[in-house]
Amino acid sequence: MASHTVAKIRGIEAENELVKTLTLDISMPQAAPGQFVMCWLPQFSEEKPFSLSAKSPVRLTVAARGAFSKSLCGLARGQRIWIRGPYGRGFELKGRRILLVGGGYGFAPLRFLAEEAKKRGIAALAVCGARTKSLLLKPAPCETIFTTDDGSAGIAGNVLEGMRRALSRGKFDLVYACGPEKMMEAVAKLAQRHGMRTQLLTERYMKCGIGACGHCCMGEKLVCADGPMFYYEELKKNSEFGKVWRDKAGRKVPL
Amino acid sequence: MLSVSLCGNRLRNPLILASGVRGNSAELLIRAAREGAGAVTSKSCSLCPREGHSNPTMVADGGIFLNAIGLSNPGVEEEIGEIRRAVRKAGVPVIASIVGFSPEEFGRLAERMEEAKPHMIEADASCPNIEHGGKMFSQSVEDAVAVTKAVRAATSLPFSIKLSPDVPNIGQIAKACVEAGADCITAVNTMGGMLIDPYAKKAVLHNRFGGLSGHALKPIALKSVYSIRKAVGDGVPIIGTGGVACGLDAVEMIMAGATCVGVGTAVALRNGAFRQIAGEMREFMRKEGYRSVSELSLDEG
Repeated sequence: MASHTVAKIRGIEAENELVKTLTLDISMPQAAPGQFVMCWLPQFSEEKPFSLSAKSPVRLTVAARGAFSKSLCGLARGQRIWIRGPYGRGFELKGRRILLVGGGYGFAPLRFLAEEAKKRGIAALAVCGARTKSLLLKPAPCETIFTTDDGSAGIAGNVLEGMRRALSRGKFDLVYACGPEKMMEAVAKLAQRHGMRTQLLTERYMKCGIGACGHCCMGEKLVCADGPMFYYEELKKNSEFGKVWRDKAGRKVPL
Repeated sequence: MLSVSLCGNRLRNPLILASGVRGNSAELLIRAAREGAGAVTSKSCSLCPREGHSNPTMVADGGIFLNAIGLSNPGVEEEIGEIRRAVRKAGVPVIASIVGFSPEEFGRLAERMEEAKPHMIEADASCPNIEHGGKMFSQSVEDAVAVTKAVRAATSLPFSIKLSPDVPNIGQIAKACVEAGADCITAVNTMGGMLIDPYAKKAVLHNRFGGLSGHALKPIALKSVYSIRKAVGDGVPIIGTGGVACGLDAVEMIMAGATCVGVGTAVALRNGAFRQIAGEMREFMRKEGYRSVSELSLDEG
């Protein structure tokens, strides 16, 4: 037994100026979209959670934002990373016609979802938004509407604009959202006004990843074990969703 | 059938959320109570906020759990508010855990924590990740007694001192703490351990060493609780903690001499752990003809 699985990087694809997708030489056939893995870089002495953006083979989509993700993005083909997981509650695929709404690199796990929807014959329409063209991710394996805040590509405006465009074509059985929390909240509220439920993918500072330490709490929920996927209804009365996260010491910080 | 009393508090069952599991926040403590815990213990807080160690901070390897979170916590001032809310809303006794880096700090923490009016205080004198001159307070009679005296002088609340199993004389240490004013003994904290990844050629935990919990800890905890009971006599409550994951484990811990049973790692392993463990205890007791927890004792004949 070992705590981590050693995985080799088999391919690296630049999605845009900030985001890379790493393809590993391992598969997780049992993994669901929305689940995450803990990725350990022993040479960097740190471990962070990443949503899966594919399962066979495993793909991780990484935005070079902090020190760790920059190191991860700096790795070359053939180098190894250490993985444990998959963990958490992923998306639940339901219905016959679904809408996926992703902001920034939050679009990555929705591509995995679109892939699974396709396998099951569920019709998916995706909305992929970013601040500007150079931060957009690659499309999902389904029709993808792009939006940019500055209008440099696709529809000018945020993902809600794209979502309205999608809704003008009719109703969906379910909405799936991933991105900044305030964005997801807005998506879920708009969906609700159209009588649709939303599954959304949350994020908090994570330590153990397996429901023991309690660090990733969001109100009474644990993002790692109860989530990261929640139905919006489950979070409507949550005291911290959309409001507060906790830093490395567990201090409350306004979102 | 399962109710017990602990330092003047009545618990509906002897299962207590162990410190360090599921956090510092009031809402997680309230949730553990709602999920069936007889009492709940907060994750230890220190005088100042602590970020703890970097990841990996906890890993599982088969049935083995090893953690070195590094006592991350938002600090006692923020924690007072959390404990106060938990006391108001949990509906079960709340035990506030404190961790200091000198006996004086333990005293100051106990004094500050009184403000939140927890039912009990637990002095974490045994976290294996933070080195105090190379060892933990609870690894010598002298240091454990110094912490006990500092907490006793600072508060009139009942308090327990949490001991490390990583000693040859836990009974002697526990007895000295009781004589110095501790109302209760919590035994045990995790056991020091290490995991190595041979491909990485590195210790897996960022801190290299960590505390072993889960199934592997149970026999160590049973022996420790048994030794403490022999040393302190019948009157002193013991919160027996370590590797309890099912009703039979809890029964064994009580037979070894525990008054109450801490549940830690199992909370992460089993959904609704408290209710399941309590149900299994009840089932065992019914089948074996026990009417109350106090009847669960070891036949030493």
